[in-house]
Parts: sequence; structure tokens; C-alpha cells
Amino acid sequence: MPAFTPPPLPSDDKRWKIVNGTMRKNGFARHALIETLHTVQSSFGYLDDDSIRFVAQSLRVPLSQAYGVVTFYHYFSLKPPGRHTLTICAGTACYIKGSDKLIASAEKKLGVAQGQTTRDGNISLMVARCVGACGRAPVALADGELQGQVAGEQIMDQLERWAVE
Amino acid sequence: MNIEELEQIADSVRGANASFDHEVNVCMGTGCLSQHSDRLKDALAKAADASGKKVLVRRTGCMGLCAAGPLVLVDREHVLYQHSRAEYSERIVAGLGGEPVAGLQCNLREHFDEQVHIVLENSGRIDPEKIDDYIARDGYKALLTAITEMKPDDVVRQITESGLRGRGGGGYPTGLKWSTVAKAVGDQKYVICNGDEGDPGAFMDRSVMESDPHRVIEGMAIAGFAVSASKGFVYVRAEYPLAVSRLSTCIRDARRRGLLGSGIGGTTFNFDVEIRLGAGAFVCGEETALIASIEGKRGTPRPRPPYPAVSGLFDKPTLINNVETFANIAPILRKGARWFASIGSERSKGTKVFALTGKINNTGLVEVPMGIKLRHIIEVIGGGVPDGHTLKAVQTGGPSGGCIPADMLDIGVSYDALIGVGSMMGSGGMIVMDDTSCMVNVARFFIEFCMTESCGKCIPCRAGTAQMYTLLTRICDGSATMDDLALLEDLCATVKEGSLCGLGQTAPNPVLSTLKYFRDEYIEHIVHKRCPAGVCSMQVPAEVMA
Amino acid sequence: MNDADVKTLEIDGHQISARRGQTILEVARENNIDIPTLCHLDGLSEVGACRLCLVEIKGSNKLQPACVTAVFESMSVITDSDRLNRHRRTILELLFAERNHICSVCVANGHCELQTLAQQQGVTHIRFPYRYPELPVDASHERFTADHNRCILCTRCVRVCAEVEGAHVWDVSGRGINSLVITDLNQDWGSSSCTRCGKCVQVCPTGALFDKSKIGSGHPKYPDFLVNLNLMREAR
Repeated sequence: MPAFTPPPLPSDDKRWKIVNGTMRKNGFARHALIETLHTVQSSFGYLDDDSIRFVAQSLRVPLSQAYGVVTFYHYFSLKPPGRHTLTICAGTACYIKGSDKLIASAEKKLGVAQGQTTRDGNISLMVARCVGACGRAPVALADGELQGQVAGEQIMDQLERWAVE
Repeated sequence: MNIEELEQIADSVRGANASFDHEVNVCMGTGCLSQHSDRLKDALAKAADASGKKVLVRRTGCMGLCAAGPLVLVDREHVLYQHSRAEYSERIVAGLGGEPVAGLQCNLREHFDEQVHIVLENSGRIDPEKIDDYIARDGYKALLTAITEMKPDDVVRQITESGLRGRGGGGYPTGLKWSTVAKAVGDQKYVICNGDEGDPGAFMDRSVMESDPHRVIEGMAIAGFAVSASKGFVYVRAEYPLAVSRLSTCIRDARRRGLLGSGIGGTTFNFDVEIRLGAGAFVCGEETALIASIEGKRGTPRPRPPYPAVSGLFDKPTLINNVETFANIAPILRKGARWFASIGSERSKGTKVFALTGKINNTGLVEVPMGIKLRHIIEVIGGGVPDGHTLKAVQTGGPSGGCIPADMLDIGVSYDALIGVGSMMGSGGMIVMDDTSCMVNVARFFIEFCMTESCGKCIPCRAGTAQMYTLLTRICDGSATMDDLALLEDLCATVKEGSLCGLGQTAPNPVLSTLKYFRDEYIEHIVHKRCPAGVCSMQVPAEVMA
Repeated sequence: MNDADVKTLEIDGHQISARRGQTILEVARENNIDIPTLCHLDGLSEVGACRLCLVEIKGSNKLQPACVTAVFESMSVITDSDRLNRHRRTILELLFAERNHICSVCVANGHCELQTLAQQQGVTHIRFPYRYPELPVDASHERFTADHNRCILCTRCVRVCAEVEGAHVWDVSGRGINSLVITDLNQDWGSSSCTRCGKCVQVCPTGALFDKSKIGSGHPKYPDFLVNLNLMREAR
């Protein structure tokens, strides 16, 4: 059997070297698939067909299996995120404190459903399954920065600020 | 590193601490950090410098009372300041050694006095990223004692005799699990720490990993020695970036000190730990799904047996325990199984950490002895329901648990008592609901959660939870009939008895427990098209029905 | 044979002997006791997913899947009870309501395992609201079609392709109620790395995967080749 030659890097983008580094650290073992997908997502912001194919071929994981893994885990995204991301927590504690209404008002304001990005690519509206800050419920993350006991007005103000930037 | 060297480090840290006149701890858990406690800490350090006082300003993990954050603890004087802001720094520093600043002090004595801290003994007391801080509080002593003075069997026996049961929810006896893995035949065995805290409404594990990560690492290493495993994995949610970064730092520091790696403590014992990131799948809290995920696959559970203790990660014997379970190990070895078994109730030993949230005054983390009355947790430690509302129910066990009505609050909190009332211990989420919460709506919330978190492998869970959600939505919007309710109950039985894994088998619990205690609310929705709590908006207005 | 390698047990009141390591399902079928199954297929690995083969075991309140539960000495198994049959009917109803199964226009009408089981279990109507999901029909392959409306996610196609053919073209994407079998990177079957062997079509229990040439002429499936194929490969 001929020796396995890993596929070439998809482009000379330096970030592929970081991705390759994760795989090398794990000896290009198949079980490094999720670790590597994490690296791709943190480097590129999302996963597309080219990156999934590159990782799958490098680790000798069947394409359908890699795609199955990517779509199983909700942390992985197949679409590029907006320039800003508002994440509203929908864990139980936040739900009891009315986070469903916050989500509904943000959806209305942005004109997109949760999990989507505004057409201009500016703002993504995400819903989290508990960020573990239940003591400060309801909780939202504005570009990753946690805000506790948020009110509807705060969210509207934040979205306004992002909209005019 | 041997025990003498450990003692030397501990002594030098204690000496260094004693050279300060005051120790001021600033909570930098996720809750307080979100209110800029990092800036507060810098301001306090600056104010201390300016004052000329010898003050050690220390970053610590979670102090528990998130509702009152950011929190500052003047350690030796036991003065706790709440809602602290950077601009109060001068006043706080000025008050050191004298009268505490009036108006800033947190006077919730009962909240703290009624708790018993084992798992959280270091939380809020040490800098989580300083291994020497941990060592100064007897850290890694249990590990070094175990590997130099004990046989693996002795360690397993200690854990068995302590009566410790799994803190992830099921309550399986930890000692029994350890002895099964210890007896399993295999050249390679693994220890996995389940830090995939998926219960939406629970953050105990997050807090332990952020506030005292070395405690988890030490517990895993002791387990590794007891079951003859040389490799450990901590599986942490990617949603917990602070826990991940603190754990990475601590693993690196433990390696540098020779407390992880090969030849630990000059013995032949080798053990190392790696972090694996979860990727947003509640089902990965189930042990076979978690193993599949570490192997880089879809996190779908498989039928057991074989149990992971016999054939787990990479088909090798594998010990899986939850974060809080591992956090109990070092204290048990240090203080003895008998000490641990003296705390708690008949069949539930030790303490349990709960994340107390919802409609309650003192939201945050509490650690209480098993067997304590639920009412005591809610009314005394939790400070009761705010804004003059009345308590309706307490939800424990997350999506696998149930709602306990207000008139049953006098049960003692233990694995068996909670199952007895149709709920379960779960990982430790405790969500308080008042008269403004609709129990049907809450049941629907949990079923929606289970539906979106179902892996889809087995039919009862995949299609069953989706149908339960449809039926509950009908009830909530006023379009259901009593036949729908009968169908829902029938379906609950099949999902509960027919599903492959724990997620599906327990998914109907929130529905069954609310049906048991709040059936009248379901009937109100169905027959009278009315939501008693005023939460659900009815498709069919009540007057049209009349 | 060692004594300990022979187990005696009781299934539905019949005294039966079995070899160590055999599953309840194997033993039952050897003794002409029928247990309904959908995801199980002789020659493929077990996933224990359809839950139709759940049986009662005396001394345990928990139901166990016969396909993966090994026999033990003096075990007493019940494969046929009101409790079990109620669950089986509910599971079949859940499948019918999950996607768009319309037998009268299905290529597999009369040759469908789901249809046959529903008849055997006496499922005469579906109590659950139909979900009517909008699902694709992939006819891009030169010989076969994948109609997701008829798929019950038993994953036989995934397993036969990965385990027997060795190509692993199929897998499951998404999760929960949104699960879908896919080829390669969720692309058209016709443009995938499919080897065109047709094994997936033969093992598919419904009309989800079918041979285009069989449309309108009845479409029996022949999954029995698997056992022989596995034997021949082992012998090699």
C-alpha cells in the first residue's frame, strides 16, 4: 500500500498552518477531528466545505462522517458570523427571568430569526443553551462580553450602537 | 516533588501571606467578572499601595453569592463587601484594620453560616491559577500520600467507605465504579472528568473548574492511581472559555512541579491530563456519548453493556466521574472516609453544591450537607422569593428532573428523596418558581430543550420528544383537547421506557411531575383556555369559548 | 463444549438452550420466536436504535433491546406482552407521523418492512399529528434515488456502506428530529464518491432508497446477500 500523503494546504493563508499544527500535535489521528474543527472555527470563524474536506482528508476521516460531526454539534457553524454577535442565553434560569421576550424583541428589531445574521452581514443573533452565569440571569453576550441582568432597553441600545457603526 | 518539598512550598506561601497585614480577596468568577471585578481588583491594589498599608490583594474564584457581586472578602477579618465598585477602593482600604465601611457590607450571615464547604472550601480563598496557593491549603498532599503510602486498593476502599455517590446526577456509588475499573483487565486505562455541564440552569462545575482547578486535577490523579490509569481527559464545554484557560494553566503548572507526568513524587506512577473541548451537545453528558465525542465522533450514546468501566474510550477500561465528584476525592483522603460519611444523610453522604437561581433573593452557588430540608435552602440560605410573590415550585435535576410543589418543601435533599417525589438530584440546578411561572409552559420549555438536544439515534426520543413538544404547544396555545392530554401521557410512557439513553428516559420527567402536582393548570389550559399564571397567550380567547 | 458455554433460559415460557455470547434476538429467531426489528440486519453491526425489539426480563423493571442483550443462565424473557406491544405500536406510529409515508404511491408498497410491521402490530391509524416536513428527493444518481420522505433513519445504509462496502459514503447529518442521511459533504448522491454497488438500496427497509428501474414494477429488496458476503470475506 502506498504511503499516505496528506493533502496540500488549501491556500497560503497562514491560518492553515495553525490548523495543521493541531493535527500534527495529535499525530494526524482520526480522533483529533473535533479538536481540529475547533481550531478551524476559532481561526476562520466558521467551517465551509473546503475546510471540512481538508481536515477530513488530512485525518483520513470519510467526508460524510466529518460533515455528520460538524452538523451534530451546535457550536460549529457553517456560515460566517456577522461583524457583531449578540448571544442571548436561553437556559432555564434566564428563561424563568424572561429571556424568551428578549429574544423575540431582538428578532423583531433585527428582522432575522435566532441563529441568523442580518442581510448586511453586520449582526448575528445567537441563542445559547446556558452560559453558566445563571446567578446573573437573564444573561446576554455582546461580542463575547457577558452582561448580567439585562433589560430589553439595554439590548436595543446595544443593537442601535452596532447598527450605526 | 515529595511531601517534604510540598510542605516547604506551603510554609513559604503561608509565611509570605503572614508578612502582609491584610488579605483582600476579589471574586473573579464569571458572574463578578461580568461586572468588571478585574478593574476593581486593580483599583484596590492601587489604593493599597497609596495607603502604605501592607495589603495582599488576591484574585480568587467564585464566592457563591452572585446576586450581590462583585464581592470582596477581607479574609482574616471575615468582612464581606457586596456590589463593590472600583470607586469604593479607597474606602475599603481605609477600613482595613478598623471599622468596616458602613453601607457596603453584606450582612447575609445565615446565607453563609448554614453552608458546609468541602468542594468549595478553597473557592473565593485562593488564586485559582497559583498552584502554590493550592498547596498552601493542603493541596496535592492527598495525592502524594496516596501514591507513597497507600496501595491502590486502599484508596478504592477509602472512597467506598466514604459513601460518596456520583455528583453528575445518577448517584452511582463512586467506590463501586472505581473498583470495577480497577479490576478490569487492560494494559491501558483512562480517567475522564465530565465537565460537560449541559443542564441549562446549573453552573457548579463551571465554578469549581474556574475557582479551584487543581482540586479537580488532584482528584483525577488519585483516581488514576487507584484504577491504574496513566492518562486522563477533562471534557469541558467550549462555552466555558475561562474554565478552559484556567485548567490549561493549572495542568501546565502541575506538570512543572512534577505532580503530573511520569514518576510522580519519585514513584513509578505516571499520570497526565489533557483537555478536550465539547462542542454544544447536552447528550455528551451521557458517558458513552462523551466517549464518542472524545474519539472525534458524533456524540451518540450506545447501548450498555459493555459499560465504559470494561470497554470505554478507545475500547479500553475507562473511569468517568463528574467534576464535583473528583473535587470531593482529595478531602476524603486527607480527612478520612469516616469524616466524610459523618456528613449528610443515611444513604447520601457528604455535601452537594447547588446553583440556586430563578425567583429567589440570594441567587448563586451554595454547598449544603445532604439531607438538609429543601425549605431551609430556599427560605434561609436563599432568602426566599423576592417582591412579595409566593413560591410555587422548585425545579431540580434540569431537563431530567421535575418540579417539586411548595407544599413538599419539607423533604430532605438526598438522591432517594428527590426521586421519591418524581424529580432527581441531577447535577445541581435548583430553580425557584413563583406564582408568575406557568408550569405547563415550564414543561414545554424542558421538552423543547430535550427535543433540540436529542441525538436522533433512537426513535422514542427523536420522534417522541418532537411529538410531546407539539402536544404541549397545543395545550399552551389553547388548541388542545383532553384526548391530546391522554395521548401525551401515553407517549411519556414510551419515551421513558423505550429510549436508549438517560436523556430520553428522563425527558418526560418535567411533564410527568407537573402533571402529577399541577394537573389543574393543564386542565385550565385545555378546558377553560386560560393560563392561570398569565404566561401563555391563548390562540382562542376565553370569551369566545363562553 | 464447556458446560458454562451452554445457557438454558426461558423465552415466552419455552425452555431453550443457547450458546454463551448469543443475543436474545439470535436465540429467539433460532427457535422461531418472532421479535420485531427495524434497525437490526443480519450481517451489520448492532446499534440498538429502533427499540422495537425491546423485551421484558424477569427481575428487572427496565426493558432491554433483544438485539444487543446477551443471554445469561436461567434468564426468563418475555417478548410478547401488552406493555411491549403498546410501545411497539407507539414507536411505529411515531415513524409514520415523523415523515411523509404514503404507502399507496411508494415504490416499496408491498415490500416494505415498516408497512409489514405496522400490519403485524395492528396499527390501523396514527394518533399523532403528522409533521409533514419538507424533505428533498435526490434523483441525481444514474441508477438510484434517495427519497428522504420515506427514510426512518435506521442507518442500515450508513453501516453497510462503511462496514461491508468499505466506502463510508453515507452518514447522518444534523441531530434529533432534523437528522438526515447524507452522502459525502451533503452533496448530490450522483456527484458523491458512491461506488454504485447498490448495497444500501438492498438493505433499505423502506422505499427511501430505490432502484430507478424498479419504479412501477414492485421493488422487493434482497438484503440476505450480506451474511454470505461476510462469510466469504472472512474465509479469504
